[in-house]
Amino acid sequence: MKMATFCCRISTVARHAKALGNTTRLLTTSSHRCAQQLTVRDALNAALDEELTRDETVLLMGEEVAQYDGAYKVSKGLLAKHGEKRIIDTPITEMGFAGIAVGAAMAGLRPICEFMTFNFSMQAIDQVINSAAKTFYMSAGRVPVPIVFRGPNGAAAGVGAQHSQCFGSWYSQVPGLKVISPYSAEDCKGLLKSAIRDPNPVVFLENELMYGISMDMSDEAMSKDFLLPIGKAKIERQGKHITLVAHSKSVGTCLEAANELAGKGIECEVINLRTLRPLDEETIIKSVIKTNHLVTVEGGWPQCGIGSEIVARVMESAAFNYLDAPVLRVTGADVPMPYAKSLEDLALPQVKNILTAVRKSLNIK
Amino acid sequence: MLAVTRLSLIQNSLHKCGILGTVQVCHLSEATHNVTPYKLHRLDQGPNTTVTYTREDALKYYKQMRMIRVMETTAGNLYKSKIIRGFCHLYSGQEAIAVGMEAAITPEDSVITAYRAHGWTYVRGVSVHAVLAELTGRKTGCANGKGGSMHMYTKNFYGGNGIVGAQVPLGAGIAFAHKYRQEDNICISLYGDGAANQGQLFEAFNIAKLWNLPCIFVCENNGFGMGTSAARASACTDYYTRGDYVPGLWVDGMDVLGVKEATRFAKDYVLKNGPILIEAFTYRYHGHSMSDPGTSYRTREEVQEVRQTRDPIGKFKDVIVNSGLVTNAEIKKIEDDVKKEVGDAAELAKTDPELPLEELYSHIYMNPPQDMKVRGCDDTVFASTK
Repeated sequence: MKMATFCCRISTVARHAKALGNTTRLLTTSSHRCAQQLTVRDALNAALDEELTRDETVLLMGEEVAQYDGAYKVSKGLLAKHGEKRIIDTPITEMGFAGIAVGAAMAGLRPICEFMTFNFSMQAIDQVINSAAKTFYMSAGRVPVPIVFRGPNGAAAGVGAQHSQCFGSWYSQVPGLKVISPYSAEDCKGLLKSAIRDPNPVVFLENELMYGISMDMSDEAMSKDFLLPIGKAKIERQGKHITLVAHSKSVGTCLEAANELAGKGIECEVINLRTLRPLDEETIIKSVIKTNHLVTVEGGWPQCGIGSEIVARVMESAAFNYLDAPVLRVTGADVPMPYAKSLEDLALPQVKNILTAVRKSLNIK
Repeated sequence: MLAVTRLSLIQNSLHKCGILGTVQVCHLSEATHNVTPYKLHRLDQGPNTTVTYTREDALKYYKQMRMIRVMETTAGNLYKSKIIRGFCHLYSGQEAIAVGMEAAITPEDSVITAYRAHGWTYVRGVSVHAVLAELTGRKTGCANGKGGSMHMYTKNFYGGNGIVGAQVPLGAGIAFAHKYRQEDNICISLYGDGAANQGQLFEAFNIAKLWNLPCIFVCENNGFGMGTSAARASACTDYYTRGDYVPGLWVDGMDVLGVKEATRFAKDYVLKNGPILIEAFTYRYHGHSMSDPGTSYRTREEVQEVRQTRDPIGKFKDVIVNSGLVTNAEIKKIEDDVKKEVGDAAELAKTDPELPLEELYSHIYMNPPQDMKVRGCDDTVFASTK
């Protein structure tokens, strides 16, 4: 089964990148000091390369990461540069190699364990949660597990139900894990480097549809010392009328919606969560106290989603008393992902869903 | 089948005289012992079947095995007194495996096991007090009472793992780390006959062989995966062959000297050739855990027979006394010392304090952000963490 879909996975990459090419400008961050652009894929590759160079204990392990240069080419060139001791192809046996990677981390190495997609991490989820996340606590601090689990997460395009799920809320529920869901090329570089240096297990959720997107990189972000703090959100766009909170690709959808609404006099504040655990609720709460309206946006399912958690946190916080309308959630539809394009589009949050929610929250037509 | 160890030959010459209590004793310094023949899988040559051991070895192994036995009996009693909670899996009957294997490796080698971890924790260097205090959930426990019966750790001992089979890939990963750092060390990765049918074992075997990891996979075959006998759970009960392309050997797990020799052989083998699999044939006297009286799937007579004919401690006592290396008086002294040490440890384990309540929120993350708060059970608690 897996090998049958494998070829599809590879061949879809270029197609998605091309299809998304015309939306690149909308997805870029708008910093004026940016000197150059990098694709999300190359930003991830640079982060891996720099950290492999910096620390001998860092290694990359996973399916097709070495000779094939990565199923999605994120590890392109790393085998040639760092050698087979550190860039290691595994069999297609997630539970086995994830367990081996966790064991290596317990014994003091810093493995990066690539899941070809996070859908396959379910085969290994016991090792991620029971072995990686809980051991530092169970050992009362005696056995740290410095590992990064990374790979594409969430819906790709046209790959059906078993390959189109967001695991953000699953992993973010687990104490002991840090969970990162980056949006931009800068996010990917700075946060992946921080994740690799972190002494805790980190789940790093990339997005296949973003890999081919070119985005601005500041001079600072191009530096090998560029780190972004885990657990801090970024305000991508300032606004005063309503707060949009999102993670991963949905941040781009929010920025598109914000552009459209700006033309109608509505200024959205767009928060890019960057990290799902620990969740930066302070940034959300401050924003809601300012705007009095909140819409959450994510690609994952609604039940027990990231939006649900944010709603609960706002209810428990000082921001509740500042709300002028109920918090609204825009999420993936509550269905397994269909294959047909028209149905798939309907199952994922689009700009129009955000516009509808904003209008409802602000009580305008 | 019964694996009977025989003393074949007492050799030796060197004499050492001393005073023990009021009894003057003279000792041989070493002896030889014939091991029940190993069974080999994809190995041209196996470990030695005649092994030499010293008086110091004999005293040490006897004391360690005895300590585990008494510690486990004490743990069982503490459990029945409701001082130990939750899960508690006792190692009684299997002591020769931990003691024999530890005797063949160094503190720089690594070990990881499943949930029947008390004996291994002790031989890896944790005091009886710290084991029992972990079982009673006290601050002085080897995981400060946060781990409990199944989650004990010390240097180069990675637990104590509660999910059947999951520790086997972890052990391969620890072996990977030794190899990556170019150390001459190995990892022993233990599991039971129940876990032997877990899919992830075969994934770990495959990768360990592909990468030639210095890992000794050890199946402690005690005859039962919980309440299901090996034959009712495994299509093939020759566990030493279950690694297929991973060479294997069967050893009498009730013979501490045989286990030690098999492990010495295996360590040497894995450093040169990659993984090996050892099946250590043993028996579990207690039920699977404290909620299992251990009588619905086997008879009391069966347990009694093993105690009488195969017991690793009783048999070893006969071997070392008959060899002339150790006297009955020395055995008695060891037993008295062990009884006192475990008794004292149990008293402490009953009276030591538990961790202060704020420790609930510590050790979730290593070096957490300074401003990080951890939510308690309601929204009035957002605790600092460290």
